[in-house]
Amino acid sequence: MRELKGLVGLWYRELLVFWREKSRIVSSLFSPILWLVVFGSGMGTVSHVGGVNYQTFLFPGILCMSVLFSSIFFGLYIVWDKRIDFFKEVLVAPLSRVTIFTGKMLGGTTDSLIQGAILLSLGLFFGIHYSVFSVIAAMLILFLLSSALVSLGLMIGALMDSLEGFNLFVSFLIFPMFFFSGALFPLENLPAWLKFFTYIDPVTYAVDAMRGILLKLNRFPLGLDFLVLAGFAFFFISAGTLAFRKLK
Amino acid sequence: MANPVIKVENLTKKFNGFTAVDSINFEVNEGCVFGLLGPNGAGKTTTISMLSTLLLPTSGMASVNGYDVQRDPAMVRRSIGIVFQDPSSDDILTGRENLLLHCMLFDVPNAEIKSRIDWALKLVGLTEWANILLKKYSGGMRRRLELARGLLHKPKILFLDEPTLGLDPQARENIWQYIEDLVKNEKVSIILTTHYMEEADRLCDQVAIIDHGKIIVSGTPDKLKGSIPEPQRPPDIFKATLHDVFLHYTGRQLRENGESAEGGFMQRVLNYTKKNR
Repeated sequence: MRELKGLVGLWYRELLVFWREKSRIVSSLFSPILWLVVFGSGMGTVSHVGGVNYQTFLFPGILCMSVLFSSIFFGLYIVWDKRIDFFKEVLVAPLSRVTIFTGKMLGGTTDSLIQGAILLSLGLFFGIHYSVFSVIAAMLILFLLSSALVSLGLMIGALMDSLEGFNLFVSFLIFPMFFFSGALFPLENLPAWLKFFTYIDPVTYAVDAMRGILLKLNRFPLGLDFLVLAGFAFFFISAGTLAFRKLK
Repeated sequence: MANPVIKVENLTKKFNGFTAVDSINFEVNEGCVFGLLGPNGAGKTTTISMLSTLLLPTSGMASVNGYDVQRDPAMVRRSIGIVFQDPSSDDILTGRENLLLHCMLFDVPNAEIKSRIDWALKLVGLTEWANILLKKYSGGMRRRLELARGLLHKPKILFLDEPTLGLDPQARENIWQYIEDLVKNEKVSIILTTHYMEEADRLCDQVAIIDHGKIIVSGTPDKLKGSIPEPQRPPDIFKATLHDVFLHYTGRQLRENGESAEGGFMQRVLNYTKKNR
């Protein structure tokens, strides 16, 4: 009970901060919309993929991209918390590191999911048709993806002492994860080297599942996507918990 | 018979070969205000960090409220409240929200949360500011809020790390008064660190002077002042301060000249009396 209450407290704090900084939501929606509207329409004039226009094809990929960016960058707040010493107040509380990590992780995942849900609803303007099942399934995939990536971000944040260091490290990670995920192109007929990187990127499976759910254009079986994502989530959550245990 | 709530034996902390805290020993009795007085970098904050389980000691032993800081950190954390040297509250939340978060982290019973927050806010005179974002608070108000926060879970022992660092004289006076009221009205033992000798003099029952990680001398402020031998003790009209005590035991100023009006003045007086002896 004690741990649960602390966890709810930490979660509540993240939500309050998120709510106060609404500019975060606006800025997080700006670049996905730019991708969809400008890049999507531009490329749409020259290509159709799997029987849908390129903009529609792009939508699931950009949805995952937005969650990828907001989730990993959530780790930045840990570096910030450490800087302003707010984190000391949390670390000195009689709570286990696992609880502290989980509270932060759920906070970040909720932020990402709220942004994801807003973007998902914008799919109506990009030729996506929804059903109750597809909305629930899409949110579940976003949840797995963002809990994995928030954990990764928090882990990096726990190990880094400077904001600059965090940014540098993360940009080396985040852009490959985005480009190799196949968010911008179909996975069929890729050259072997590209295929390799694509298959080791967790985001690939989220993009593929999302395409399957929203457009029925998945390359892997949905069950496989789900299992791989759950595996990645489990792995990063465990690794993040370990990184927090080392936190002084 | 006095009952020690903090016991420290040969506590040592080394960072990559540099000894920040060097085999210190002290005890804090229940209901007492104990002061660690020393210049910046003397090892005060490192000591507090070890006692509050944020840092592991390199060697030695410390117990807080009867619990060993290494074997039983969770129980130690439940027994203590801390006001850190640097602001550690969330400036995007209101005062009340910061306090509520603390209650949840420290498992204050749900039924008591509201009344305790109101009590703590009143104690530090911030009731009217409860619903205002911390961004709008002055440095002194923020420190007062953190003082209130440290008391919410009714700790047996309160740690104050440089409670008035960087505050203007009026805000400092305010904090001192709140601390004095606290000692009078609440059953709490306090350990504070400071490099302001006026602060140690006014608030502490026991003072330990710490320099380069070692405790040089400890005792009641009056005993310490009385321990300076005659030739160095200023004539009674100037009244000895802990500043003189520090000067006597270390051969150095506690702070650089002129940093505070009192230090600068005392130095001038000392120089004058020495010259004219």
